[in-house]
Amino acid sequence: MSTTPAPVPDLASTVTAAASPRLAGEGARLGTATVVVFTQQLARARVARIPLLFVAAFQSIGILLLLRGVVDTSSALTEQQVVAGATVLVAAFVCLNLMAQRLGSLRAEGGLDYYAALDVPGAAVVLGTAGSYGAFAVPGAVVTAVSGAALYGLPFNRLWILAVVLPLAAASLAGLGALLGLLAPKPELATVAGQLGMSAVIFLNLIPVDRFPLVLRWVRALVPSTYAADALAETFHRHVAWGAVGRDLAVCLAVAIVTLALAGAMFRRQVGR
Amino acid sequence: MRDRLRTLAGMDSYVVEGLTRRHGTLVANDGIDLRVGVGEVFGLLGPNGAGKSTLVRQLVGLLRPDAGSIRLFGAPLTRSLAGRVVAYLGQADAVLRDMPVGAAIETTARLRGQGRAQARRTRDALLIELGLVELAERPVIRLSGGERRLASFATVLAGERSVLVLDEPTTGLDPVARRAVWQAVERRRAEHGTTAVLVTHNVLEAETVLDRVAVLERGRVIACDSPGGLKAQVDDGLRLELVWREHAPVGEPTVDRLAVLARVQGRRWTLRLPAAEAREALGRLTTGSALAALDDFTLATPSLEDVYLTLGGTADDLERS
Repeated sequence: MSTTPAPVPDLASTVTAAASPRLAGEGARLGTATVVVFTQQLARARVARIPLLFVAAFQSIGILLLLRGVVDTSSALTEQQVVAGATVLVAAFVCLNLMAQRLGSLRAEGGLDYYAALDVPGAAVVLGTAGSYGAFAVPGAVVTAVSGAALYGLPFNRLWILAVVLPLAAASLAGLGALLGLLAPKPELATVAGQLGMSAVIFLNLIPVDRFPLVLRWVRALVPSTYAADALAETFHRHVAWGAVGRDLAVCLAVAIVTLALAGAMFRRQVGR
Repeated sequence: MRDRLRTLAGMDSYVVEGLTRRHGTLVANDGIDLRVGVGEVFGLLGPNGAGKSTLVRQLVGLLRPDAGSIRLFGAPLTRSLAGRVVAYLGQADAVLRDMPVGAAIETTARLRGQGRAQARRTRDALLIELGLVELAERPVIRLSGGERRLASFATVLAGERSVLVLDEPTTGLDPVARRAVWQAVERRRAEHGTTAVLVTHNVLEAETVLDRVAVLERGRVIACDSPGGLKAQVDDGLRLELVWREHAPVGEPTVDRLAVLARVQGRRWTLRLPAAEAREALGRLTTGSALAALDDFTLATPSLEDVYLTLGGTADDLERS
C-alpha cells in the first residue's frame, strides 16, 4: 500500500466530471444503454421467460384449434380474422401482459433505482425492455401464423408481412404494457390490467368486426392491436388493399411512438421523487 | 494515505448541509450536516428508521431533498453527476436477480460506460476478486442470501467509480465474504482513492472498518467522529455484561442494586458503570452466592453501542455480531 503512487488521474478526472456537463453524445449513450438493457433481458430469458413463451404460443394455437371446430369455415373473412387475431394475441400476451407485470413489479420492489442510480435514460430502459419482449414474442407469433394458415387453408405467400406487422404490434403493445406497469399504483393492478388487455385482444381481435354492434366497433377501434390484426388479416385476402394495410401499420407506429415516449417520461417521473 | 489524498484533491467527496427530507408527516432527515473526505470510509450507524437509507438515497440522487444541499466533489449533486461518479448498492436486486452473476456484472459495467471487451475483463477480475468464479453462470435468484448480496456488491464495483455508496453491504454475509468486501473497498481506496459511504447497524463492523462514523437517531446526526473519538466521549466507564443461567437471584443485595441500572434483554443484563464501581460489583458477584446463578459475564471498555446509548440513542435493534 505504501508504494502505491498517488492516485491523481482518478481524482482529477472525477473532479473534472463533477465540474463539467456530460460530454458524450446523448444519442450514442441512449443507443448503447438501450442495447445493454436489451442484453440484460436476454440474459434473463433462460431463467424467467422460456416457459412463458411456450404458454404464449400454445395458448394461441389452442385457440386456433378450438375455433377450427366452431367457426363457419365457409367464411374466409372469419378465418382470416381468427388467424390474424391469434397471431397478434401472442404479441399481446408477451408484450402487453408480461411487460406490464415486469415493470409493475420492478417499480414496487425498488428495481427502477438500479437504472436510475446508473443514470440510464428512461427511454433506454423502456426501449430495451420493450425490444426484448418483442423479440420473445416473434417465434410464438410466427409459429401461430404459420400453423393458423395451414389449419384454415390460408395463403402463405404474403406471410412476409409478419416482418413488419410483428415489430409494430409488439412496439405498440409493449408501449402500452410499459405505461400500465409504470402507472398502476400496485403491481397486482398492473398484472390485472395486463390480463384485461389480453382478454380485450381475444375478444375484439379474433371475432370478425361485422359481428359487433356499433359501440363495440368503436371500442375495437381504440385498441392498438386491432390495427395490427387487421393489417395481417388483409394480407390473407386474394386482392390485398395495400393502402389499408399501410394505414393500419401507420396507426401501430404512431401508437408505439406515443406510448413508448410517454413510458420513458413516466419512468423519469417515477424515479425522480 | 488518506491525508495525502485529501491534500491532493483539495476538497471533500461530499459536503452535505442542512439536509431535510420528509415522508408525509415523518421527518426522515432533519437538518443533516456532513463532510466526507476523499478516500475516506465513512459509516452511517443507527437503528432501523433512523433515516440512513433516506440519506443515502439522496446522496446518489434517487431522492430530492426538501431542503438543504449536497455537493459532490464541489459540484451540486444531480442524478447525472451521481451516475458518473458514484456506484450505489441499494437493498433491492430486482433487475439482476434473474440474470447469471457474470452477466449481471458485465452488463452493469457496460451501463457504466465500459466497452464490451473491457466489461468482460472487469467481470472476470471481479469474479476472481470476490470468490464468485464458480457461481458465474448461476442466476442470482438461485444463490444463497449471502452469495446474492456479494453478487450485488460485485456489480457495484463493475466500472470503477470514485465513490461507493453502500446500503448495508454485508447483511447476511458469512465472515469470509465479509472480509472479501472490506478488502475490496480497502484496495480501491489504496489504489484509486475511492471514497466509501456505507450504512450499517452493526456496531462491531463500524468499530473495525470505518474511518469515521455519523450516528443517526430519528433523522438527526447525534454524533460524528472516528470510532476512537466517539468512544473517548464515554471513556469514564466500563460495560458490565451479565448472563444469568435462568433468572437473576433477586434478593441478593448486589443483584438488587444492579437491577435498577441494568438494561435487560432476556437473561442478559448490560450495565455501564464507573470503572471502580464495575470492578467492585463484579468482585462481589463472583465471590458471593450470585455466582451459582451466573452463566457468563464480561467487563469491557465502551463500545460504539455504549456511545450510541450514551448519546441518547434509544432503539434496541443494533447488531453486535
